Amino acid sequence: MTRITLTIDGETVQADEGTSLLEVARKAGADIPTLCHNEQLKPHGACRLCTVEVVKGKRTRLVASCAYPVEEGLVVRTSTVEIEKHRKLLVEMLYPTALHLAKRYGITKSRFEAERGDCNLCGLCVNYCREVAHRNVLYFEGRGIDRKVAFVPGKAQECSSCGACFELCSGGFVVTNHGTVSLNERI
Amino acid sequence: MPSDELVALKTKAEQRNRANRICVCTAASCQSVGADRVHKAFEAEVNKSQREEQVEVRAVGCMGLCSAGPLVRIENDETAVLYRNVTEQDASALAQSIGRAPVERLICPTDVPFFTRQHKIVLANCGQIHPERIEDYVAVGGYEALYRAITEMTPGEVLADVKASGLRGRGGAGYPTGLKWQTVAKSPDPVKYVVCNADEGDPGAFMDRSVLESDPHRVLEGMAIAAYAVGANLGYVYVRAEYPLAISRLRLAIRQAKAANLLGQNVAGTRFEFSVDIRLGAGAFVCGEETALLLSIEGRRGQPRPRPPYPAERGLFGRATLINNVETYANIATIVDRGGASYASIGTERSKGTKVFALAGQVKNTGLIEVPMGISLREIVEDMGGGVPAGGRIKAVQTGGPSGGCIPNEHLDMPVDYDSLQQVGSIMGSGGMIVMDESSNMVEVARYFMEFSMSESCGKCVPCRVGTYQMHQILSRMLSGCAGPGDLSMLEELTRAVGETSLCGLGQSAPNPIKSTLRYYRSEYEEALRKSRPSMPLAEEGVR
Repeated sequence: MTRITLTIDGETVQADEGTSLLEVARKAGADIPTLCHNEQLKPHGACRLCTVEVVKGKRTRLVASCAYPVEEGLVVRTSTVEIEKHRKLLVEMLYPTALHLAKRYGITKSRFEAERGDCNLCGLCVNYCREVAHRNVLYFEGRGIDRKVAFVPGKAQECSSCGACFELCSGGFVVTNHGTVSLNERI
Repeated sequence: MPSDELVALKTKAEQRNRANRICVCTAASCQSVGADRVHKAFEAEVNKSQREEQVEVRAVGCMGLCSAGPLVRIENDETAVLYRNVTEQDASALAQSIGRAPVERLICPTDVPFFTRQHKIVLANCGQIHPERIEDYVAVGGYEALYRAITEMTPGEVLADVKASGLRGRGGAGYPTGLKWQTVAKSPDPVKYVVCNADEGDPGAFMDRSVLESDPHRVLEGMAIAAYAVGANLGYVYVRAEYPLAISRLRLAIRQAKAANLLGQNVAGTRFEFSVDIRLGAGAFVCGEETALLLSIEGRRGQPRPRPPYPAERGLFGRATLINNVETYANIATIVDRGGASYASIGTERSKGTKVFALAGQVKNTGLIEVPMGISLREIVEDMGGGVPAGGRIKAVQTGGPSGGCIPNEHLDMPVDYDSLQQVGSIMGSGGMIVMDESSNMVEVARYFMEFSMSESCGKCVPCRVGTYQMHQILSRMLSGCAGPGDLSMLEELTRAVGETSLCGLGQSAPNPIKSTLRYYRSEYEEALRKSRPSMPLAEEGVR
């Protein structure tokens, strides 16, 4: 495995080829928020909270660190005024879900009308169901603002014997075949 | 030495050749105003007068000036006369005019800037050849570049030509085509694919449709040359299902090319093998984004995935994949034919060659044009387009569709190239060009494009899914007079965040129409705010 050397927040670090910036940065102590990331799953790249700044040659841009593999000589900044502004706005867009992040960014109310209160479409349940549980019971229905987690028709029953994704749900809410109920209620 | 296949097809075309030709445009635009009936009327007319031996009635592709359709050109080897707005009733008079004086009242002058300022490479055969006859394409030199490439050139030489041409991707982003090819060519992957992106979706853009409807073999030849250069044997054309005529002509073209041994195994008797298949899009704009497009071809849900890895490294079915736009491929045969340096002599320092634009909106001459890069925007919309029909002032020109921006009148003298367009806050885009007159409300324009991006967002990433919706909400509030004082700063905050953090090009470029109108027409936003009373309910039409 080739070792890659890069700079994260001013520190020179080394990592194996193929490792994500998020993983390396977190190991180096960076506190990067995420919603859709889980170590068991392939990067989904949906919440965009892990956005970091990368400088490659003359080009500076923002990328999602969860899906960006380490590159030789890359200079990474995990927190800038701009990045924190974007993160805060993203969390505000999702309010009142992801309350732990809302707290971190001091958000107590949102200027936007709520998308929905129970699910921010991080996709952990859907991806876990496909990649780890190998059940493919869940999928995303609809597109754009109408997107939601739904059961593949006729497969809802399979959930009751698994339920492994329930604890991945950061909002404490999961979709069940009874509609949307809180994890606590279910237990 | 030309191949036997090409010689046979040329002979076939020559045998069909008649002294006089009545060329009727049968591309989608002219068809929509009755070109099919006009075509039939001419056939009946020639048949009636028993002049089939002297006159050929030929269905051709797009002649460009769509606003004057149906267009008909009557030509012999010396002269050609173009007629506009031809109806079935005119067929008899026009057919009888052959060999006599032309019918004055229907003549469409061709010595006007709309035609004379064009430089046709991609559109060279459009409106000239019958798009459903491979022999017509071969008769004008078609497939010779492919034959020469596979028999006389190494893949590296083809690649060098494309690099030397300076060609940049015509889908909109303008990535250097040669570099992309090189990445795929260098890949050690034993299986590679060549994909053509024909999922044209910008409102007001119809360049790819016209090329596929008018000259499908040019695109196939470009793909085959690309396949030879990068080492691929299989290609896909991903075309939106809303283009039925383009699909049927492309399908026919593939069949003909296969039958003529110009696609398939042992192309033209060489060891080169290349097959092409068609995949249809199901109406999602986001499938024009390359990673979403590739997933869609695989039969999976068409939604973008993070890059890297880029398709050139790991694309279709996990293999190295070359993906280019229709117009990009349509340039290739000419580049190989005339050499990269010759192509690079057209255009500007950093934008080489020509670009096809679809002129639409408040402009006299709407239609399809191909111009050298570096021509001024004013030349296109005022000289070639003829300006606003009612004679008013052009307020702005929108390029790049929902990913682009509005360029105000004071910037119309800028050269049209990738970098200049970016400097003024727009993009080259795929080639849609919408002209707006003084009656256009720019906040309304921004909302129109935002509504498009919002409904076409796949919803995967937060900034695009929620951000486009919220931006649309704010614009709707402004337009229905119920915006709040914080709305403008919130809108600006959203445009930055959505543009910087979205997963794919759709979200990243979705704020551009707002950004550019805010840059040049901020007063219109401020006026909307001044007129607003936050207590007013949101008007129905503004609510999604």
